[in-house]
Amino acid sequence: MPAQPARPTDVYFFATCVVDQFFPGAGMDAITLLERQGIRVHFPEEQTCCGQPAYTSGFPDEARKVAAHQLTLFPNDWPVVVPSGSCAGMMKHHYPTLFAQDPVRQAAAAKLSARIYEFTQFLVDVLNFKPEDVGSDCTVVLHTSCSARREMGVHLTGRKLLGDLNHVTIAQQDHESECCGFGGTFSVKQPEISAAMVEDKVKSLKATGAERVVSADCGCLMNILGHAAWKDQQEGRTTPSLPGEHIATFLLRRTAKENAQ
Amino acid sequence: MNAPQTPHALHFMPSAGFRARAKDVVENPFLRQSFRGAMDFLMTKRAAQFPDPEELESLRSLGERIRQYNLAKLPDLLVQLETNLTRNGIQVHWAETPEEANAIILGICQKHSAKLMVKGKSMVSEEIELNHAAEAAGIGALESDMGEYIVQLAGEKPSHIIMPAIHKTKEQIAKLFHEHVPGVEYTDNVDALIQIGRQVLREKFEIADIGLSGVNFAVAETGTLCLVENEGNGRMCTTAPPVHIAITGIEKIVEKLEHVPPLYSLLTRSATGQNISTYFNMISRPRQPGEKDGPGEVHLVLLDNGRSQAYADEQLRKTLQCIRCGACMNHCPVYTRIGGHAYGTTYPGPIGKIISPHMLGLEATAGLTTASSLCGACGEVCPVKIPIPDLLIRLREEAFSAPQANPAMRGQGAGHNALISAIWRGWSAVYSSPALYRTASWLASRFRWLTPRRQAGWTSVRTPLQPAPKRLRDLIKERH
Repeated sequence: MPAQPARPTDVYFFATCVVDQFFPGAGMDAITLLERQGIRVHFPEEQTCCGQPAYTSGFPDEARKVAAHQLTLFPNDWPVVVPSGSCAGMMKHHYPTLFAQDPVRQAAAAKLSARIYEFTQFLVDVLNFKPEDVGSDCTVVLHTSCSARREMGVHLTGRKLLGDLNHVTIAQQDHESECCGFGGTFSVKQPEISAAMVEDKVKSLKATGAERVVSADCGCLMNILGHAAWKDQQEGRTTPSLPGEHIATFLLRRTAKENAQ
Repeated sequence: MNAPQTPHALHFMPSAGFRARAKDVVENPFLRQSFRGAMDFLMTKRAAQFPDPEELESLRSLGERIRQYNLAKLPDLLVQLETNLTRNGIQVHWAETPEEANAIILGICQKHSAKLMVKGKSMVSEEIELNHAAEAAGIGALESDMGEYIVQLAGEKPSHIIMPAIHKTKEQIAKLFHEHVPGVEYTDNVDALIQIGRQVLREKFEIADIGLSGVNFAVAETGTLCLVENEGNGRMCTTAPPVHIAITGIEKIVEKLEHVPPLYSLLTRSATGQNISTYFNMISRPRQPGEKDGPGEVHLVLLDNGRSQAYADEQLRKTLQCIRCGACMNHCPVYTRIGGHAYGTTYPGPIGKIISPHMLGLEATAGLTTASSLCGACGEVCPVKIPIPDLLIRLREEAFSAPQANPAMRGQGAGHNALISAIWRGWSAVYSSPALYRTASWLASRFRWLTPRRQAGWTSVRTPLQPAPKRLRDLIKERH
């Protein structure tokens, strides 16, 4: 375990394209939560996407072009907080290899890599954030993305944050560490296999009886909640059988006195 | 009894029909449940072998270092191995292709006027479709590993590299035995079935002219062939018949005897969750004058079949670190859903997806590279730390980029599609330009009601994706 970095006054927030366009609320909640810890959060307007979709699909040149643009966005030596293990993994672990043939950008990528934090990792490891739970009793189930677990190695931080909430019980699903079947373009290129995976994932999440699923990755949430909602439609349910949200949204609500539920 | 032969399928196209085969399994609740149960069992067994994550990590690092050390010296080690095997009286043969390997093996069989070959478990012999070639030459080839025997009776190919018949239920096996083994009544008692198999095979070991086996580790410094097995059939194949032919890929070499124990331990613990296998054979020479048993002739066939292509590239070379434990299959959420046959390759699962392109070319395998969510479970459990997800990304690049001069792989660019490439170029242009991205994402939000309700494969089991009414950047602006 590296030494705990000093508490910063400022951070950059790299929202990811999925949060920007599909889960903006999760992005706002993550920013608000960081600000409540006394951190100034900077959102570089010019940010777009980490480049991962092209990279994992076998188009490294196209990914490089997008990644090269993100390299220019974080001039100050502040941490870069990313509300997604997957995109954080791309920036932290794949940027340096992506620019292996480009010494100037590789140096920049290496510098950036050292400053990349997944959101829950930043809260726990850097801010030592101890959420004070003002919500009522509830049971949730946590889905940790494969990138957070295996690439970033931060599968414990989300669990710790939820565990620190006094009135929240964490339900345990079977095959917890198994992929939800999203995998970016995988879900479209191999729809049958991806469907089987998300179907099993939603079944095990529901089987816990938890009232909601939380995750620190919106890609997984899109997949899991999208399937749960589809299933609800198929079976004529009007209320969601598996509601879910980004862990930032959940944490903010549990710790915000004005929103206490 | 004449053993039924597996259908010849050396030159087929695994990519073609992959989705259809996968769909068949995915939609079969019985198979789904059965694979899930089997893989859960194997994962639990492996986990019990490695209770201490730090110890596991240091063992995996050691395994990786040993394999990389030996691969770095591979050309020299092959020479050393040949020298020492020859000195020990073991005849060494080199085969570049499956056809050459079959010709060598059948040539030895014909020299001895062989009628029957008993086979220990060997995935390389599956790779070269030896059973088919032997049948065509009028030589019986009988599998003696219980799982392989079952698969052969069914006229199928193995669905897992360690547990070839894992897709079969005991009732299906009972039916196979009843239908194919003369005089056998239907029984689904597992012990009784094993006894029947053993009895049939015991007779064949006595009369076989040739014993064939694979090799787990070939030790260069001593000229020793190591064979890991649980049923004793491997030892029967390598000791009872008058001639023993071993076949292996050129990558299975280690320089020193001391490299074997760590790899052996990683192999059995990762594969079946065993501390150690029931049998470990070390074969160093044919029968010597005065010795009571053992084959009078021992041969080793060293097969390339695309391995030197992988070897030539620094990154792709890591593929050859594999010790064939199958842990990547057991932990793969895709393999668990579709089983081994759907892949259409000798080696299924994650390792199959990265090694098969070298054997069959990307023309036949480009599509397989997409059958992964890159979840990383394979890389996490690999006992020799093959970075399988990174290799899959590399293979996708090789498969889908435009054909280039001097490609690193046979079939490079085979999956290239001008339209898809143009889409990615367009995507890249938008996402590398803040202005274009701002406009495009604004339009997507503004006209979100135009989002198609049907979105390729996504909406087959999910509600459509629709951009939020306002982007995060809009919400941030509004706040200030």
